[in-house]
Amino acid sequence: MTTSLTQKEARSGTSAADFSAFLGTMGPIAGLFFVVAAFAVLEPRTFLTLDNLQIILLNTAVVGTAALGATVIIISGGIDLSVGSNIALCTVVIALCRLHGLPPTAAALLGIAAGSCVGFLIGTLVTWFNISSFIVTLGLWGAVRGLAKRLAGGSEISTPKSWISHLLQMLPPGQRWMVLPPGVWLLLILSLFVAGVLRYTRFGRHVFAIGSNEQTARLCGVPVARTKLMIFIFATVFAGIAGVLQFSYLNNLGDPTTANGYELNVIAAVVIGGASLSGGKGNVFGTLVGALLMTVVGNGCSKVPSLTNADQDIVTGAIIVAAAAFDQFRQSRATAK
Amino acid sequence: MVLPPVNTDMKESPRLRMEGVRKRFGATVALDGVDLRVDSGEVLALVGENGAGKSTLMKILSGAVAADEGKMWLDGEEYRPRDPLEARRRGVAMIYQELSLAKDLSVTENILLGMEPVWGPFLKRPEMKRRAGDALSQLGRPDIDPNISLGKLSLAEQQLVEIGRAICVGCRVLVLDEPTSSLTQTDIRHLFEQVKRLKARGLAIVYISHFLEEAREISDRFTVLRDGRSVGGGPTASTATSEIISMMVGRSVDDLYPRSARKAGDVVLEVKHLAGESRPVDASVSLHRGEVVGIAGLIGAGRTELLRGIFGLDRIKNGELRVAAYVGPASPARRWAEKMGLLSEDRKHEGLAVDLSIADNLTMTRLPWLVNPTSQAAESRKWIEKLGVRCRSPRQVVSDLSGGNQQKIAIARLLYHDVDIFLLDEPTRGIDVGSKAQIYRLIDELACRGKAILMVSSYLPELLGVCDRIAVMCKGRLVRSVAVDQTNEHQIMLEATGAMEMA
Repeated sequence: MTTSLTQKEARSGTSAADFSAFLGTMGPIAGLFFVVAAFAVLEPRTFLTLDNLQIILLNTAVVGTAALGATVIIISGGIDLSVGSNIALCTVVIALCRLHGLPPTAAALLGIAAGSCVGFLIGTLVTWFNISSFIVTLGLWGAVRGLAKRLAGGSEISTPKSWISHLLQMLPPGQRWMVLPPGVWLLLILSLFVAGVLRYTRFGRHVFAIGSNEQTARLCGVPVARTKLMIFIFATVFAGIAGVLQFSYLNNLGDPTTANGYELNVIAAVVIGGASLSGGKGNVFGTLVGALLMTVVGNGCSKVPSLTNADQDIVTGAIIVAAAAFDQFRQSRATAK
Repeated sequence: MVLPPVNTDMKESPRLRMEGVRKRFGATVALDGVDLRVDSGEVLALVGENGAGKSTLMKILSGAVAADEGKMWLDGEEYRPRDPLEARRRGVAMIYQELSLAKDLSVTENILLGMEPVWGPFLKRPEMKRRAGDALSQLGRPDIDPNISLGKLSLAEQQLVEIGRAICVGCRVLVLDEPTSSLTQTDIRHLFEQVKRLKARGLAIVYISHFLEEAREISDRFTVLRDGRSVGGGPTASTATSEIISMMVGRSVDDLYPRSARKAGDVVLEVKHLAGESRPVDASVSLHRGEVVGIAGLIGAGRTELLRGIFGLDRIKNGELRVAAYVGPASPARRWAEKMGLLSEDRKHEGLAVDLSIADNLTMTRLPWLVNPTSQAAESRKWIEKLGVRCRSPRQVVSDLSGGNQQKIAIARLLYHDVDIFLLDEPTRGIDVGSKAQIYRLIDELACRGKAILMVSSYLPELLGVCDRIAVMCKGRLVRSVAVDQTNEHQIMLEATGAMEMA
């Protein structure tokens, strides 16, 4: 059936598959647009202000950065449930380094290194013992959080101000020329970088190959184990950077209990963005839109007086399910032949 | 002589009749007027190339999709199923290539799945057992234990369980879609016996297959589909195979197996006493440049495992292995570097990443550090054109393509990599005659250019037509190979079934 269908489509120039791909990119954007429009109508005075826009972007930066790494993992068919704990660990490591007198740059780099060590551990366990990343990171979700608490000695660690503080704070009046806080710029630059890696490097294509069909990747001589290990290290570098941003957002605080539940926001952002949890599909742009959509809902709900925190949770949950349902609908359209 | 009245009845209203069935998907016409008729106690072979419309027609028959136009009758009554459940209730059962059984349930539970006899909320276990046992004995296999879990049965036995399920519902029309594609020769024989038995009991059977010889053997009449239309048909016995093929492809295929004069060169692959984890047990074979060597044998003989062992996909326990100048086992990555490529028998699950684009699949073995998507697509386009793959663009996902075109992409990967040694595992399984002919021509051309080809196939005419030498593998052992003109189908079957040892 497929032949005659595709042949004839080739002649007419359009196809269900192309249309479906178009819907795939447009869906999340349309969702974002709809939510923004809804809040703009409900609360035009408090929601639609430049300051609030900046706050929304600020609040997106941490989850967005971590979601960049998660996009790569999810495309490869894996998952990382420990990302929230990892972010907390990073803030603690940075704070400890600062307390011991290390300069901020060294502290930030060590924080990122701590994040990628967790990735190395995940990758090793996944490839050596052949355990699914879901189980490995479910274990690390608790273990890494525990490690952060132990390192912090059970309480928050405050540290002196440094350049890190400015990464994710509202711009002071004198620096309005930057338009966006530096941390948001960082997110945008990193997004371009990850999108480029996924599209233009052998590593990126291998990520897709492994996620789409690991057997085929093996047949084609792709070093599957090594690539998986690299994927987790690469991805957790972004969890580490997210940790640096979170440290800044918390005003130079190393907090072992922070970023609790972020792993779910991160995964939701990636999935809303059109990735499939079974692997082989996903894109950075969608992930960014997904992360933004989640922040907008949270921010908007807080602006509408009649909506409570509970309502926000309900709306967010509904959006995640709606995104998955939409994706399923789109796929069944593409394959209905 | 007086005809029995039942017979005249059947002549007037066949068991199943379809007339002018049409179906379009969007702008695409999938079926463009199909007429079909099957009588009770008759086997109808439905043949046609991939993409001819067989699967859409069967989906309409089974209620999975609705026809736009046309009518269907079951025993003279109008038949228009709204969903597969109604089709099943009316007595139309489909046995697909991929069985729809629950591996962890018992044989009995599988046979009665969805129609378990109950007393209140409780299952009537004894009755279930009796009915399942009945179905199994009707299929000539009362020896299958109805209590063991289905996963423990062989593929052929699982298929019988699925047929048993159809019998249990009391089906009137049984559709078998490519039922033999993963069966051994013995299992096929047994299946055919069962089909004849069911036919004698008055079932109407529609038999869909790529294997024309098999379809000929089992069917009374045939109907050919081409481009969504029924283009011909008739009694099978009085029609020549070549005639059927001509109807299928719309032209005559005279020279299916081309064979130019080829000259064998240096030895490029030498395998001595190779043993894997369980298969192969002891395999020796050598391959020269410019030569096509075929490996025949039953399913489970260890042919696939031999190729996988050579290629480094399965672990090797023992034996010597030499690829060109390289000695010893190696990883697939090394093998590709040594200019050896493997075409997997399992296109969907191993051979291709079907959710990725044609270009990604084609170039996966040889990607530079930095990938330029434009040149990647250009390179793919070259092979798409050379092999005549029907697709819109190199960016199209592989799952969009038909089986034959998918296989061409899998083969194009080896050509793109420019390998010298081709390990081909069932290169023509499940693809249409036109694509098959093209692949045979390609193999011949490659051999003429000095490439070496080691090919596994379960289809003997193909091996005899394409290869220079044939080796027969039996129970993990492969000892010798003979020139193709010194053997024949009969001889190969004797060796493959191990009958030689006894003689």
